[in-house]
Amino acid sequence: MKKITIDPITRLEGHGKITIFLNEDGSVANTYLQIPELRGFEKFSEGRIAEDMPQITQRICGVCPEAHHMAATKALDDLFHVEPTSTAKKLRELLYSAFYVTDHTTHFYILAGPDFVMGPDAAPAERNILGVIAKVGLELGGAVINTRKQNHWIIQTVGGRPIHPCFGLPGGVSRAINEEERAKIEEIAKGSIEFAKLTLKVFDDVVLKNKTYLDMILSDTFTQKSYNMGLVDKNNKVNFYDGKVRVVGPDGKEFCKYAPREYLEHIAERVEPWTYLKFPYLKKVGWKGFVDGKDSGVYRATPLSRLNAADGMATPLAQEEYERMYSTLGGKPANYTLATHWARLIELLYAAERLLELSRDPEITSPDIRNIPTATPDEGVGIVEAPRGTLTHHYITDEKGVIKKCNLIVGTTNNHAPLFMSIKKAAEDLIKPGVKITEGLLNRIEMAWRPYDPCMSCATHALPGQLPLEVTIYDAQGKELQKLSQGIS
Amino acid sequence: MAKLKIALYWAASCGGCEIATLAIHEKILKLAEVADIVFWPVGMDFKYADVEKMADKSVDVCLFNGAIRNEENEHMAHLLRAKSKIMIAYGSCAYEGCIPGLSNFYNRQLTFDRVYIETPSTDNPKKIFPQTKVKVPEGELELPEFYDTVKTLAQTVDVDYFVPGCPPEEKTTWLALEALITGKLPPKGTVISHSIKAVCDECPLKKEEKKIKKFYRAYEKIPEPERCLLEQGFLCYGIATRGGCGALCPQANMRCTGCYGPVEGVIDQGAHFLSALSSIIDSNDPEEIQRIIDDIPDPAGTFYRYSLPDSLLRRARIK
Repeated sequence: MKKITIDPITRLEGHGKITIFLNEDGSVANTYLQIPELRGFEKFSEGRIAEDMPQITQRICGVCPEAHHMAATKALDDLFHVEPTSTAKKLRELLYSAFYVTDHTTHFYILAGPDFVMGPDAAPAERNILGVIAKVGLELGGAVINTRKQNHWIIQTVGGRPIHPCFGLPGGVSRAINEEERAKIEEIAKGSIEFAKLTLKVFDDVVLKNKTYLDMILSDTFTQKSYNMGLVDKNNKVNFYDGKVRVVGPDGKEFCKYAPREYLEHIAERVEPWTYLKFPYLKKVGWKGFVDGKDSGVYRATPLSRLNAADGMATPLAQEEYERMYSTLGGKPANYTLATHWARLIELLYAAERLLELSRDPEITSPDIRNIPTATPDEGVGIVEAPRGTLTHHYITDEKGVIKKCNLIVGTTNNHAPLFMSIKKAAEDLIKPGVKITEGLLNRIEMAWRPYDPCMSCATHALPGQLPLEVTIYDAQGKELQKLSQGIS
Repeated sequence: MAKLKIALYWAASCGGCEIATLAIHEKILKLAEVADIVFWPVGMDFKYADVEKMADKSVDVCLFNGAIRNEENEHMAHLLRAKSKIMIAYGSCAYEGCIPGLSNFYNRQLTFDRVYIETPSTDNPKKIFPQTKVKVPEGELELPEFYDTVKTLAQTVDVDYFVPGCPPEEKTTWLALEALITGKLPPKGTVISHSIKAVCDECPLKKEEKKIKKFYRAYEKIPEPERCLLEQGFLCYGIATRGGCGALCPQANMRCTGCYGPVEGVIDQGAHFLSALSSIIDSNDPEEIQRIIDDIPDPAGTFYRYSLPDSLLRRARIK
């Protein structure tokens, strides 16, 4: 048996590793995705004071600390039995919307964009953000940098710090904003909407108008029919900050809808001995292995899944785009993994529109930002929609608010099984007896997981480049037969 | 002048340090003029094998972030030390162990038990744990060993400089980079920050008299604006934490939690904070003092929030 190891998948947190075993004839026998890292927050949170959890747990991820900060803060509201003030909720959602704008922008332009804009077979040296900027123009490149910078300013202003914000408290937030700050946020929001519209146009021009790409999106290699998960508001519209978790089946029908406190009735996690990361699945369907379909509890929690799980978007421009996407893709749900990139841009537009709505809310500059809890803390669950999947924090404390038990189901973890399956399927479809393994082929395998934007790859958002792969093929005796690398300058 | 060769690496970390490195914004272009990045797995496409092939000391500077949590982290620390002339522990994890270092209150087995068995969503009746070597039908798979104890970079290899913060603020990062670019290097062992004094020194909140009768938890009351948080009874760590961050948290009405590490000359940040606190408790009555102290439910986890692996305690003894 031949073994191909892609190690490390740089730009994956914890240096994820893909191993592909080949049969003697060169076809794929099996594929494994391993996550070689664990830090153990579920254990060492025990003994800590509950109100510090937003700041402790955000150290899980320095790229999406806002998501952990927010899920933890909401878990504290529940734990201390305190309802945040209306302004506090809006300030939290405002910061969170700005965060989504930055996060989705960087993912599209830096990580995913190069594949589409430059093409999967472009030279690795061009297949990066610099190549993208050269092709779409410096002006747009400047807009990317500016949008990120301005929205980071919002995060620092509202949240106290640019990375690892500190403003979340049970019952509210620590700091109010003034009129001057509000006005600046409103301006940034307007600019962000224009930027999102422009980005959707780039996607239209470069991807949708190119038949090769559209065919690739719609191809079986990149299709996976799993359950879809996402947070929805009371009208079943996509919401990132609050609501209930809705799950729809591969057929598009609602399978369940649950409040944060009910998550244990719906989600279970499986342990495998060859990876440190667990595999969540729908408890009521059960674990049937790494397979898709209605009888397998595997679900996806991605931008596309969120759109699939909802009945629409709560803002007008994003709703138009939502309708356009489904009419192009032939209806709901869309099970095309690569369409996740499109869905992410619709969410980008929604986040910018929501940011504008909140910046114009008459309550947003109110000083009424905190309710002081009076009840004894005991147990709380907080759920938000992190960019990379539904994020659940669950704490149990003693009467002094000291953490006794902590459970976390983190964004990307939800997608661990589907991510694995997408890689496996792409590898099986693309690596065939007699087919030469080329750099472009490896990039297509990589394209199968990039839509998930795995948070293991957090910082991928930051810099030029694309996922480097190095594949070494060994024969059955362990002798190196072929070595291929991509993206290595 | 030849361009500086810089390597960046992350071990057990959250990625926030990577983002912090990029937070120098437009200055990154200035950096690119004078330096080449020769290894940066997060942002650029170089592999371990590329590093192994480099000659010893062929890299001018390695900015290493993240703590040493497993076998792979340790291997990379040794490898990059051998290849680099200057080794910098960048950010709190590499410098002091940081929040993931709180894991030293427990050990591998307790962590595994919690994560893979006890957590209420986990369904693992056969009590399967991840293994360093696993036979699968097609062959064998390997994982790096997860250690009992989180170590700092300096507990693993020789370190030349330290950059504090979780993560380091933009200006702190630039201060370190500027020293490297201009070649005006401070003495070995320097903690590079704009301040050698406490956060209080740069905090604009009004300070009067520090006499504390009662400690308050952050959720218990709304602080009076523009007044020192410690004087109001909040356990603000600014008094025993190195400045340079600009006192961002206190200005957002939240206490400093200590992420820039100890002030100059202090070995154990937690002990320093404890001694500072004991001098401001406004009582001479042992019973009253006890009552006041009882309002701090997790002293070890609070005083050593970022520095447990680097402290004199280093880890808890597990019976």
